[in-house]
Amino acid sequence: MTENALLALEDGSLFYGTSIGIDGESIGEVVFNTSITGYQEILTDPSYYKQIVTLTHPHIGNVGTNSEDEESSQVFVSGLIIRDLPLVMSNWRATENLSDYLIRHKIVAIAGIDTRQLTRHLRKHGAMKACVVAGENIDAEKSIKTAKSFAGLVGMDLAKEVSTASAYSWADGTWDIEGGIKPSSGNKEWRVIAYDFGVKRNILRILADLGCEVTVVPAQTPASEVLTEKPDGVFLSNGPGDPDPCDYAITAIKEIINSGIPVFGICLGHQLLSLALGAKTSKMKFGHHGANHPVQSLDGGQVSITSQNHGFAVDEKTLPDSLRATHRSLFDDSLQGVHHNKFPVFGFQGHPEASPGPHDLKPLFNHFIELMQEHKT
Amino acid sequence: MPKRTDIKSILIIGAGPIIIGQACEFDYSGAQACKALREEGFRVILVNSNPATIMTDPEMADATYIEPVHWQTVARIIEKERPDALLPTMGGQTALNCALDLNREGVLEKFGVEMIGASKEAIDKAEDREKFRTAMQKIGLAMAKSEIVHNKEEARAAMEIIGFPAIIRPSFTLGGTGGGIAYNRDEFMEICDQGVEASPTNEVQIDQSALGWKEYEMEVVRDKKDNCIIICSIENLDPMGVHTGDSITIAPAQTLTDKEYQIMRDASIKVLREIGVDTGGSNVQFAINPKNGELIIIEMNPRVSRSSALASKATGFPIARVAAKLAVGYTLDELDNEITGGATPASFEPSIDYIVTKIPRFTFEKFPQADDRLTTQMKSVGEVMAMGRTFQESLQKAIRGMETGVTGFNEIADQSSENVLEQIEKELRVPRGDRLWFVADAFRHGLSVEDVFNICSIDPWFLVQIHDLVEEENKLKKEGASSLTENRLRQLKRKGFSDERLAELIEQPESEIRKLRIDNNIRPVFKRVDSCAAEFESATAYMYSTYDVECEAAPSDRQKIMVLGGGPNRIGQGIEFDYCCVQAAFAMRDAGYETIMVNCNPETVSTDYDTSDRLYFEPLTLENVLDIIHVEKPYGVIVQYGGQTPLKLARDLERAGVPIIGTSPDSIDLAEDRERFQKLLEDIGLKQPPNRTARNVKQAVIGAEEIGYPLVVRPSYVLGGRAMEIVYSEDDLRNYMDNAVAVSNSSPVLLDRFLNNAIEVDVDAISDGKDVCIAGIMEHIEQAGVHSGDSACSLPPYSLSDEVQDKIASQVGAMARALNVVGLMNTQFAIQNDDIYVLEVNPRASRTIPFVSKATGISIAKVAVNCMVGNSLASQGLTHVPVPDYYSVKESVFPFIKFPGVDPLLGPEMKSTGEVMGVGKTFGEAFAKGQLAAGEEFPRSGNAFISVKEIDKQKAIIVAKELFLLGYVLYATSGTCKVLNDAGIECKRVNKVREGQPHIVDMLKNDAIDLIVNTTEDKKAIADSYSIRRTALQHKVFYTTTIAGAMATMEALKQRDSVGVNSLQDLHKGVIA
Repeated sequence: MTENALLALEDGSLFYGTSIGIDGESIGEVVFNTSITGYQEILTDPSYYKQIVTLTHPHIGNVGTNSEDEESSQVFVSGLIIRDLPLVMSNWRATENLSDYLIRHKIVAIAGIDTRQLTRHLRKHGAMKACVVAGENIDAEKSIKTAKSFAGLVGMDLAKEVSTASAYSWADGTWDIEGGIKPSSGNKEWRVIAYDFGVKRNILRILADLGCEVTVVPAQTPASEVLTEKPDGVFLSNGPGDPDPCDYAITAIKEIINSGIPVFGICLGHQLLSLALGAKTSKMKFGHHGANHPVQSLDGGQVSITSQNHGFAVDEKTLPDSLRATHRSLFDDSLQGVHHNKFPVFGFQGHPEASPGPHDLKPLFNHFIELMQEHKT
Repeated sequence: MPKRTDIKSILIIGAGPIIIGQACEFDYSGAQACKALREEGFRVILVNSNPATIMTDPEMADATYIEPVHWQTVARIIEKERPDALLPTMGGQTALNCALDLNREGVLEKFGVEMIGASKEAIDKAEDREKFRTAMQKIGLAMAKSEIVHNKEEARAAMEIIGFPAIIRPSFTLGGTGGGIAYNRDEFMEICDQGVEASPTNEVQIDQSALGWKEYEMEVVRDKKDNCIIICSIENLDPMGVHTGDSITIAPAQTLTDKEYQIMRDASIKVLREIGVDTGGSNVQFAINPKNGELIIIEMNPRVSRSSALASKATGFPIARVAAKLAVGYTLDELDNEITGGATPASFEPSIDYIVTKIPRFTFEKFPQADDRLTTQMKSVGEVMAMGRTFQESLQKAIRGMETGVTGFNEIADQSSENVLEQIEKELRVPRGDRLWFVADAFRHGLSVEDVFNICSIDPWFLVQIHDLVEEENKLKKEGASSLTENRLRQLKRKGFSDERLAELIEQPESEIRKLRIDNNIRPVFKRVDSCAAEFESATAYMYSTYDVECEAAPSDRQKIMVLGGGPNRIGQGIEFDYCCVQAAFAMRDAGYETIMVNCNPETVSTDYDTSDRLYFEPLTLENVLDIIHVEKPYGVIVQYGGQTPLKLARDLERAGVPIIGTSPDSIDLAEDRERFQKLLEDIGLKQPPNRTARNVKQAVIGAEEIGYPLVVRPSYVLGGRAMEIVYSEDDLRNYMDNAVAVSNSSPVLLDRFLNNAIEVDVDAISDGKDVCIAGIMEHIEQAGVHSGDSACSLPPYSLSDEVQDKIASQVGAMARALNVVGLMNTQFAIQNDDIYVLEVNPRASRTIPFVSKATGISIAKVAVNCMVGNSLASQGLTHVPVPDYYSVKESVFPFIKFPGVDPLLGPEMKSTGEVMGVGKTFGEAFAKGQLAAGEEFPRSGNAFISVKEIDKQKAIIVAKELFLLGYVLYATSGTCKVLNDAGIECKRVNKVREGQPHIVDMLKNDAIDLIVNTTEDKKAIADSYSIRRTALQHKVFYTTTIAGAMATMEALKQRDSVGVNSLQDLHKGVIA
């Protein structure tokens, strides 16, 4: 095993491995994700911006990569850490192997690391600042310093960095086995404006499937511009970083909520709408990143298996009277969903759009449609 | 919604004897269910005819019935116990079928018993092919083109629609019995006939073949609030066409994108909802076209299964336990995920950070006439599972766990043959149990990954990795020992190569590699199975080895006892040994030791993570065991409970300084070494049948002349009578020697004078090194010459005099003392005219330990393990085991029906897969129950056919008289007929097959015979009568192939109206109905 790559953590821990990406150096917060499938969706999820991801499943790259499994137009992770890159990809949809894909997207990535050791370390000590470096003459001490130089995610407004520069409209529907991905057919009954804080494509695809004519707007779009369009509903997307500093979004969301238009927020969007209504958020120890998280509905008690990816969370104790908790994680009892008591406004912390992950909570999108229906009549 | 309070008592139906398709996985699930329900305060009533199970230990349930799993018997148990509910999903197809019978016969309704875990409707919908198809159509899931047929005409019509190849599966059968793949008209009609016959509903499904498609399984659990979770996805390495039980399987699925995986996940959940599995676990099987991802559903099982046991072991999520709790009203979120110590709820999906490989184990060597091609009918008898951090490591660990003599990807094709490539291609195309090794050979002979894929359709993802291993082997072979630097050795170990295989490649002893490894500090680490990929802390010590960085073993400093398990099930070594290992673990935990289990069989209770304090799921090889011992440093290691598997290691372990407790490896060797043992017997004045040891043909022929024919011949050091035969002539002997030497790897062949019509006796005893306690004397029903594992036996003996029994007991005592036995000892005797001959002594746990324990109420294995740690028999308060005043009969169960072409004749080579037990006030009653439990229903009356060998003719007269008095009409072949007529018994003569039609087989085929007594001896007579036995088997006609068996049957026939059912708890108190 050639050890030509290194992961250095801020606490001085070092993990040597083999480079499977470009030569170079990258910093970010290192987190683990326990999904067994869906590495390409994870790599391209904008919520992972400034994060180095380690995947706990040991074989990553088995099914190669393809354009349909991208959740955005680029790879957002700052680095990838895996145990083993397979010798060959094998899947009828694969068009490029993972290593070539990572190199094409200029990602520093390491294989051959005891990812379980790393995961246990992060579980014990929390997500950490880290540096991944690949190439000749690796200097461990320097890498630890570089890791420490990362500013961390607390207080970081990253949504505006990953957001689209200009508005665009979205037409594609979800993937299916016969047709792949193509514009969704059917009537477009609902005009939805989606704030892009780092939106995953599958959210937009599901909205399109459900009859929404979706316009995606930049994170910093003022509410007035949105309200002028008189949309049937406003969607607040997922995204990276700390929600707290995104004051532009918080201000806009307040205004939109008060207009009475239905609002649905996912992940960062859920946190932002909670903040807009007066709740508080905080950084979690190592966050939730995986596709096996049980979330219980506080209404019927139904348990759904959900996809999760967040390092910040809304503190349930700080919920204002206007918001009620609708879902909780059965892993740690943390808040997973909120609904406004008066307005057609709700948010969900996990990822009902899945991709990757189970589809159990797809009905939340239908709820959004229902709210728009009610609002219209 | 917590536990139901309206039910107080629950009847659990077990799976009965171990058969192909239904092995100890149902002991694991049943034992879990018993435990789960009892801790909730329910009264648990258990019925299972299999005494070798852990679930039938009297402590496992409130009332334990070792009675036939037959609806009429179970009805009596229901009548007596009045359970509120019946849980039918823990005992495989046997339990489901029995539950359906009870329902159909109105028993459940009559006694107000509610079926929980699965409704009749759900079982029907899942198992009835037509209903299942309709259900799948309703939820939009595709299935292969398919037709249901019940007879020849329908079959012909279906053939036109489906085309070839076609897959034929009978409904409601286990492991696809009677099914197969047809490539042409003749095969099609033949398999259809066979399938209609095998199906209890005479129904067969014919499917369009999806040969070459990839096969997957999903293990799903659902609760009554419709919470659904996937426990594990499993990908078959062998594409469609091979029964999943015979396939090499990998968990989790490796070659699906998330989008495809989620389609399968959604489909699995839809299936459970539509079928109506409201609470519990199910298994759903899919096929995927690798070219375009097209998915079809194959089938689903609305119960726990072999796959769910595998999934439980693979993930650490105990499916059966959870399913039992869901059946009594809990929902998933109310249950803890116990492996994380309750830190998380059971309502989640396990994430695993290692690769699991399962490889089936076959025993075709026992059935040389069987067709060993793998098809949709299951043929394997056991399996091994291994975990590693990579597929290569996991696969190579699984391979060496199989104990078939392979150390890795050993060469298998005939390398010297000119047609080797042809042979390889053929073996790749038509799979047998050893296809995996032919894949490696294909690469050795220059085939590319693409070539191999084109022939066998195994996914390239797997093929490439095998190719890589072959390349590594070639490189090492070429570069030799000097190339094995620290770095290279570490790399090879990371790829899973065993020390032994590496040693072979560089032509050095295994110890050299081990030394090199230790010198360079290249040791495996142990990682934990925690169901959550390390996201939560796990207090459970369920571990596997891997070559990685961090070790999580965290051994304690307590005093530890390590139990080495029995590895994969095989004929001759199965659940009985797992029973012993589990008893050892329980007893040692009770005695205050920390217990450590090592085993690699996913079906077992021993590999349940809470059977011992610590579980190492590892191959039982010297390398792996020593690596564990290095970390754990146990106080004592038990090698005498796991069968031949750990015994084989005993000497080497001892040499490596491992503290083996109990009887010393030297004593074990003494008992197995013919010459040393003979001397010992002479010293203490005991008799053996005249015998010789031969190392070549000449010695054998001379020896045989000296002691006289017939002879029992066998290689030394074998289990299950492998290659043991009775030879009647020098020709036979010469013929045997040519084959046996290959079997026995040049170790000598043993010749014993065969004792005609001798009674064989098995004795289990416990010794603490000073005192010896006889646990049970068992008289075999079949005379000497039938392997003890295949013979029925009775405890107490039913014909031996007290005097003979006393002599036997004192001989056992003398031998145990002479061998310094500490622990268990099994002895086999032959009694001829009150002369006692010692046949064999094994100072270790025997196959009969669980039977003796159930029959006597004393846990022999627990007492013996306490002896091993120094607690004397006296200190345990056991001076003698009282002889019960009821009879217990053990009967064996055979896999002949699965192997067309195989002669179902009993002989010195063991062929049974499982056993049942019957209990009664008389021997006849116990024997009758044993027969019923084994699936044999005595005809009430009708036509009996008798044809016996010369020596049995006198006894045949007795049998015939009894039959006549019972109202049978007798038929016999000329010789036997004359004897009977001469004795004044009315009997009709019928032609032997070679005497021309109409003959006996015609009568059998016309269902004109109801009972057969057929004994034969020499090769020619055996060949002549083969078609009688085979036809009887297919037409489910009761037959016996020994005169002793016939005599016992007469006893049973006289008792056939007996109806008493007895719980072990009552029996052990001396209460008998």
